[in-house]
Amino acid sequence: MYRVGGKPYPTKILHDKLYELILHEKRLDGRSPYESRPVNIHTNLIDKADGSAQVSMGGTKIIAGIKVDIGSPYPDTPNQANMTVNAELLPLASRTFEPGPPDERAIELARVVDRCIRESKAIDLEKLVYIPGQKVAVIYIDIYVLDYDGNYFDPSVIAAVAALATAKIKKYEVIDGILKLVEGEYTKIPIRRLPVSVNLGLFMDKIIVDPTAIEESALDTSLIIGWSTEDEIAAIQKNTPGRLPFSIVEEAVRVSREVSIKYRKRLIESIAWQLEDTP
Amino acid sequence: MNETVRLFTEDGKRLDGRSFDQMRKVRMEVGVLDKCDGSAYIELGKTKIFAAVYGPKEAHPRHLAQPHRAILNCRYHMATFSVSDRKPAGMTRREIELTKVIKEGLETLIFLEEFPRSAIDVFIEIIQADAGTRTAGITAASLALADAGIPMMDLCAGIAVGKVQGKLVLDPSEEEDKYGEADMPIAIAPRINSIVLLQLNGRLTIDEFKEALSLARRGIESLYELQRKALKNKFAGIEEPEVE
Repeated sequence: MYRVGGKPYPTKILHDKLYELILHEKRLDGRSPYESRPVNIHTNLIDKADGSAQVSMGGTKIIAGIKVDIGSPYPDTPNQANMTVNAELLPLASRTFEPGPPDERAIELARVVDRCIRESKAIDLEKLVYIPGQKVAVIYIDIYVLDYDGNYFDPSVIAAVAALATAKIKKYEVIDGILKLVEGEYTKIPIRRLPVSVNLGLFMDKIIVDPTAIEESALDTSLIIGWSTEDEIAAIQKNTPGRLPFSIVEEAVRVSREVSIKYRKRLIESIAWQLEDTP
Repeated sequence: MNETVRLFTEDGKRLDGRSFDQMRKVRMEVGVLDKCDGSAYIELGKTKIFAAVYGPKEAHPRHLAQPHRAILNCRYHMATFSVSDRKPAGMTRREIELTKVIKEGLETLIFLEEFPRSAIDVFIEIIQADAGTRTAGITAASLALADAGIPMMDLCAGIAVGKVQGKLVLDPSEEEDKYGEADMPIAIAPRINSIVLLQLNGRLTIDEFKEALSLARRGIESLYELQRKALKNKFAGIEEPEVE
């Protein structure tokens, strides 16, 4: 029914074995198909950064740091702060990651994280404008994959959002049209929503959540669904080759929604995000 | 985003006169370039794209060759003059990402395991960009692969669905994309009923997502027909040589 073709034999054997396990609601690490690995979040571990978070999900570890500078806005958004996301797959994280400029996987990771945060309007970028059209905050979100055991997307989004939500940035005031630093005072990055992403793997007609590296090496296809809130999708990326049958899409959305709620709950617990912060 | 911009006319039509489920004028042609093994040209409104295929051929450099299948090399590239402001030469991060998703979409359909140790090259060149370049690009690339005689499970065709001022529209224009709330490019292989490329930029509810999928599917059915016609245009007249 489905083509597994194109896989070398050891991969095909692994694929078939994993599929057989999933049919029995099992996986190699003992999880059930829709179960994600436990999420651990530590924030503000880098004093020199304006915000930082380290997130682990099983054997995958991510560190995200925030730096905020002053710069000029983009011509098409004079009343918005700038935000850029960069990601690197460090050679520390896996034998398959090599030093050098970000490859297509790292660029994809950065752009998916960017999309989750930007499209969900997680940051109130209008509030970080100091002099409209001239001086705005420039938020740099840098993500490093420290250890890789599959699914670097979900912990990266969680780390980026946790670092943003707990960041303390320098305070500025405008006096006679001139921007001045307020010594010794800090402010928060205004956060409106807490987006999370959910990485799903497909084995033929079955879905698994949060695949490990060994599962990623054998799966038929995978996709990432980013959720801005419980009921709103903000980003999607089909990130590996392979067929995504129409018949499975609705189930994928349903499963990812449930996992996203779990991730967000975990995120709120760990950053003590106060609901009164929402406008 | 910008409330002052109006993207629908009084009678609910889009600014260019289209209805919500109507795509721009499409033109496809197969075999438009000489030196490559297969090629195609597509126009979607003002978007103009060439695609060319080489191979299967020897993989280069040799260490990239795979013992069990061909490798697929792909490049989605925009000409410097294809957009309003000159695009810097070289690959931008956006182009690198789109190259990846297009390559993975095509890889899904090609019987790469038929050509161990070889390589197939696909080049997509955006001559003019006016929204919908990645989807029109993969549509042209799948035609060029067919033109090169590379065995595939199916052709694929792509189109985007946008959300503009609360309404879903097929094949958003540049304006609609810029001021809209969401853009969902998707490529489908209709015969095998599968999605091969799927991205979403922007916010959709679950119901809107489902509706967007079926809107795209209807658009792609008609693109698929046009693809078959374009291939027949080139190949239907050619008769098999008689064997003595």
